Amino acid sequence: MSAALPAASFGGAIDFIFGKQESNVTGGRKVGGLEQALELTLKQLEVTLLALALALVVALPLGLWLGHRGRGELLAVGIGNAGRAIPELALIALVAALIGVGMVTVTPALAVLGVPPILTNAFVGVRQVDRAVVDAARGIGMSELEIVRKVELPLAVPTVMGGVRSAAIAIVATATIAPLAGVVTLGDYIINASIYGEDGRLAGAILVALLALALEGALALVQRLLTSDGLRLQTP
Amino acid sequence: MIAPAAIALAGAVDEGFFRDRSSDTLACEARPDEVFCFGWARENIDRFLTPTLEHLEMVVASVAAGFVVAFALALLAHRRGWLRPPLLAATGVLYTIPSLALFFLLLPLTGLGRTTAIVVLAAYTLQIIYRNTIIGLANVPAATKDAARGMGYTERQVLWRVELPLALPEIVAGLRVATVSTVALATLAVFVGAGGLGTQIYGGGNLTFPTSVLIAAAIVILMALVLEAALLLAQRRLTPWRRARAS
Repeated sequence: MSAALPAASFGGAIDFIFGKQESNVTGGRKVGGLEQALELTLKQLEVTLLALALALVVALPLGLWLGHRGRGELLAVGIGNAGRAIPELALIALVAALIGVGMVTVTPALAVLGVPPILTNAFVGVRQVDRAVVDAARGIGMSELEIVRKVELPLAVPTVMGGVRSAAIAIVATATIAPLAGVVTLGDYIINASIYGEDGRLAGAILVALLALALEGALALVQRLLTSDGLRLQTP
Repeated sequence: MIAPAAIALAGAVDEGFFRDRSSDTLACEARPDEVFCFGWARENIDRFLTPTLEHLEMVVASVAAGFVVAFALALLAHRRGWLRPPLLAATGVLYTIPSLALFFLLLPLTGLGRTTAIVVLAAYTLQIIYRNTIIGLANVPAATKDAARGMGYTERQVLWRVELPLALPEIVAGLRVATVSTVALATLAVFVGAGGLGTQIYGGGNLTFPTSVLIAAAIVILMALVLEAALLLAQRRLTPWRRARAS
């Protein structure tokens, strides 16, 4: 097994990312290289963003509405707690075995991991909004939908985005094991070390780590842009 | 009345569904539409015992190590305020890197096996325990601390007898979140050869069949629930004054 392969080195991993090399397994077909690394990175980004979008579409309106009505705290917070206990490896394995492989099944499975943090944080974020502000909005004649959209959501942005970032971390991490269900992401370098070698595996780990950090950085930027200036003054 | 059942049973025996000891998965794989194979589960439940214990050991070791480090960092940052943001950022980076990647980034340093798994899982818990400890300590009312100082407490006594007990609910809340996510994440330790329940999900380089995956997942979720309940119970026993005030 992997113990028989030569040990990985960071130099070897960098070489793997930038230049193609012979594989022990694929019979002449070369592995590694920038082109392949980019292709797998884009695939992982694609499945991550699709799943995150799906989770947002499902969880954000529900969380905001429950928070607005002040109902379903047990549901919103309970799902958040229960969601952390889902073993992602088992989730991917079950989806692959029972429903099928490919983007169409993996994307909703990853979205399942994103729903709990978004739902909980949207609920908590809206609940934290000062009730006097909401009453004032109602007093000047805003409809319930306007209150959610123009008052509660802007004030809840930091908390909501905290949930979105947690969801993104969970989804991008699990997208790494998506090759087990037929979606060939960067995790393929890690999981199929018999094809890519130990250097390839380390290269995969480096690229996955960089991708996750870049995604987190991008979402932090989005949060800054969405947070209103007034809120930013309050919380240095 | 009996006839249909008998025919069904005969059919099942024909298909090899019942065996003396079907430690192989053939009987279940012959019926791919079968989501959960009770026959296999009954006969093979014992093979989950060792992985469960390995899993529990790994979780306890990781959370304990993570707690010691995060708690020490939080106390340090509590004393020296300028350390707070950089430490939060550093633990945040560790939290952001997917654990599967971190396993293999560490591999050249620590090699295959339990050590790598525990180091990575512990690193993953740092952020949440650190942050909750800091928040808990920051939420202690200044008047309470002043009162303690007025009674002649030294700074060390203020910390251990006033601040930490009052911050305990937040600290335990962080521990609970860290523990539950570690129980789930520890299934990935199978990739670095550290055993645990992941072996019953992804064994020998392949996904295992659904019955085994479902049992392993059920044990993982149950373990998370039990550990969380245990921590909650411990918190209640350690903070009797909160109950007294509530009643």
